[in-house]
Amino acid sequence: MSERFPGWRELPKGAVSPKSSIEYKTGDWGVEKPGIDLGRCTQCTLCHFFCPEGAITISEDGHPEVGMDYCKGCGVCAEECPVKCIEMVRKR
Amino acid sequence: MVSGLTLKEAARKPDGIAPGHRLCAGCDETVIARMILKATRGPTIATSATGCLEVATSIFPYTAWNLPWIHSAFENAAATASGIEAAWQAMRKKGKGPLAEYETVDIIAFAGDGGTYDIGLQALSGALERGHDFTYVLLDNEAYMNTGIQRSGGTPFAASTTTSPAGKVIPGKREWKKPIDEIVIAHGIPYVATLSAAWPLDVIRKARKAFEVEGPAFLHAIVPCTRGWRYPQEKTIEISRLAVQTCFFPLYECRFEEGRPVYKLSGPSAAIARRPESKKPVLEYLEMQGRFRHLFRPERRDDLIDSIQAWVDQNWQILLEKVG
Amino acid sequence: MKNQILMGLNGDEAVAYATKQVNPDVVAAYPITPQTIIVERFSEYVADGEVDTEFVAVESEHSALSSCIGAAAAGARAFTATAANGLALMWEMTYIASGMRLPIVMAIANRALSGPINIPTDHSDSMGARDSGWIQIYCENSQEVYDASLAAWRIGEHLDVQLPVMVCLDGFTLSHTMENVYTLPDEKVRDFVSERKFIKVEGHMGETELRLNPECPLTMGPLDLQDYYFEHKLQQIDAMKQALKAIPEIDAEYAKISGRSYDFLHPYRMEDTEVAILGLGSTMGTVRYVVDQLREEGVKAGLVKMRVFRPFPVEELIKTVGNVPVLGVLDKAASFGAPGGPLYEEVKTTFYDQPEKPMVVDYIYGLGGRDTSPQMIRGIYENLMGVLERGSVSDRVCFVGVRQ
Ligand SMILES: Cc1ncc(C[n+]2csc(CCOP(=O)(O)OP(=O)(O)O)c2C)c(N)n1
Ligand code: SF4
Ligand code: SF4
Repeated sequence: MSERFPGWRELPKGAVSPKSSIEYKTGDWGVEKPGIDLGRCTQCTLCHFFCPEGAITISEDGHPEVGMDYCKGCGVCAEECPVKCIEMVRKR
Repeated sequence: MVSGLTLKEAARKPDGIAPGHRLCAGCDETVIARMILKATRGPTIATSATGCLEVATSIFPYTAWNLPWIHSAFENAAATASGIEAAWQAMRKKGKGPLAEYETVDIIAFAGDGGTYDIGLQALSGALERGHDFTYVLLDNEAYMNTGIQRSGGTPFAASTTTSPAGKVIPGKREWKKPIDEIVIAHGIPYVATLSAAWPLDVIRKARKAFEVEGPAFLHAIVPCTRGWRYPQEKTIEISRLAVQTCFFPLYECRFEEGRPVYKLSGPSAAIARRPESKKPVLEYLEMQGRFRHLFRPERRDDLIDSIQAWVDQNWQILLEKVG
Repeated sequence: MKNQILMGLNGDEAVAYATKQVNPDVVAAYPITPQTIIVERFSEYVADGEVDTEFVAVESEHSALSSCIGAAAAGARAFTATAANGLALMWEMTYIASGMRLPIVMAIANRALSGPINIPTDHSDSMGARDSGWIQIYCENSQEVYDASLAAWRIGEHLDVQLPVMVCLDGFTLSHTMENVYTLPDEKVRDFVSERKFIKVEGHMGETELRLNPECPLTMGPLDLQDYYFEHKLQQIDAMKQALKAIPEIDAEYAKISGRSYDFLHPYRMEDTEVAILGLGSTMGTVRYVVDQLREEGVKAGLVKMRVFRPFPVEELIKTVGNVPVLGVLDKAASFGAPGGPLYEEVKTTFYDQPEKPMVVDYIYGLGGRDTSPQMIRGIYENLMGVLERGSVSDRVCFVGVRQ
């Protein structure tokens, strides 16, 4: 990353944060990622709540979607899915 | 039932904490914090004490906070929140100032066990006594995790931490967990509740009640820490659940009504009270965690395990008596 | 002084009265002698409904400043007051308040720091906070205390400044001594202090005022590591430089409504001075009395009272005392193991590169409230005259009024 760091005049005063962490990708942290079998998913939304990253969002029609930019591969979602429709697989 | 708070509705509500934060994979802190923030009613201002949640969500120039948020120091989350609340009250009274128009502001202070049981206890007690309208959330991972797993007043008996290590002579922490809820309840505040992330709807509804009561509310969450408790990261929710199922950390609410605390067990703990045989042995909880490993290896310390079980049983019994 | 009301007020009451007129949103304070009168009077104003302020009767000074930080971050005007151990207990938070650029106002009724525990005045408390990023104004009498307690808001909130301000008044000598004070009518104060002003910042959700705004959330107080912390400190250093420009602006505006002019430095009989004393606070009244006597005796004595210690008025100091042959510096605080007291060190630093500069002697005096008599001040001038005659400084640092 060849980020140019801003000078003191360019930074907001009071050390307030200028960027959202959504610009900071944590998707390369782990080695595994969840694969969701949407056919068996009951749309209970629990994985959305249990994911420490908030990486799982619920789509308009109610099914979970994993934001791979942020998934750290912890496996909590797979462990907790009540119908076991999430399986951890290797990221690459 | 509190309106608008089904899991499906809450799931659609945008998160208060964005992804891209740097808590450990499998950390429970944002799990519970995100649930709590799902329960906000509208304008919200949060403050955090120094600790894992604060550090990992605010590494400059990035921030994970989708709501106005301030961190000022370690021991003063309750005092910082007091000032925010006083500012809002004054502006409302004057009818001018940037917060004057808000009918409600959910003011939330997040702090760890270090920031609550120990260094922040004075500021917390002061804020509770003064009766500020805010919600204090204790994220209890039972040690100073951010500085590398040192013991706190919230660390349970026999747990091994870096300042209460299990050694050849001393088997981990020698003191029992401080009864923080009782200390808080003794202040006579309107609402106290315990939380476990394993029951999301329970968390969200309690958080909403905490925001709705006038005056201070205290939410105490058990927050398993994969690094400090030494268990596989995918087990975070399971451990949150076992803490409740073993009655190591019962779920209940306490309201202050007519000058006395009124306790009420919440779903999973109420079920155990109805069917005592469903209460799991604390052994199951201890076994899963590396911080208690010395109770099992090199030799099994039944004496210590039994005394922990006795502590759990006694506290559970006392709670049942309070519930009546 | 037309339309002004003459009141008998001690220094603490002058702070409380001025603060009542400002009617800040939040006052969070904890009692400590000799500041107590400020909190007590203000509590009365609250109890009598004379202010709309939320008074937060905190359980410690640490919480007092923490509450002010929370309040100011939420967009409020926030005030606190303390002294000595109370300020020491706040130490952590003083740096955090300035780092967040929150224009909180705090009165310090200067008192000697423990230990051993002591109650009377010296400057060990506020001098210990000189590097905390707060503007510091030192007052000579209750009138100055009143005036500074109003101007402080405007100085701290100046859009180029945005820093917290300490108004320092010597404990007991000022805090508990009744004096005549001209006070402005409430409307004049209201017009002068007006409403708090905010700067705009580019946060992660867009441009917003620097405050906890539910409509456009900001993150304040992040973890700020090697890549950025230094730049943020440079911003604070720059803010202090800006304060050097802003303070005269505000002082001029205040002079218009009050008829009282203030400056960084207040020289007295400095026309042809051969020996001068530079110092802070109430002692300068005594020094003035001695200067008048000496002048009558034909001694070319003068004095310079420093009103603003932070930001340190380097250029003004050079202009004011650069051509004085001998300068005595009064330090009411020791800096253990240092070359001299804090004011002395800054004066010497100021002049090191100057082609024309005075010979400087440090006089550490009054620690723990040790009485400083006109006789002692006269002794200092005599000492300075000796330096003038000899043309050299023998003892760089002298201790005045202490038994050997
Ligand atoms: C006054 C002060 N003392 C010590 C520290 C160092 N410190 C920072 S976070 C922390 C521990 C936090 O522990 P806890 O409150 O339990 O939160 P956790 O990190 O476990 O979530 C400590 C000791 C500090 N920042 N400030
Ligand atoms: S593996 Fe962990 S981080 Fe990834 S989606 Fe599942 S719960 Fe979230
Ligand atoms: S150390 Fe523990 S509490 Fe801290 S981020 Fe990691 S898992 Fe969470």
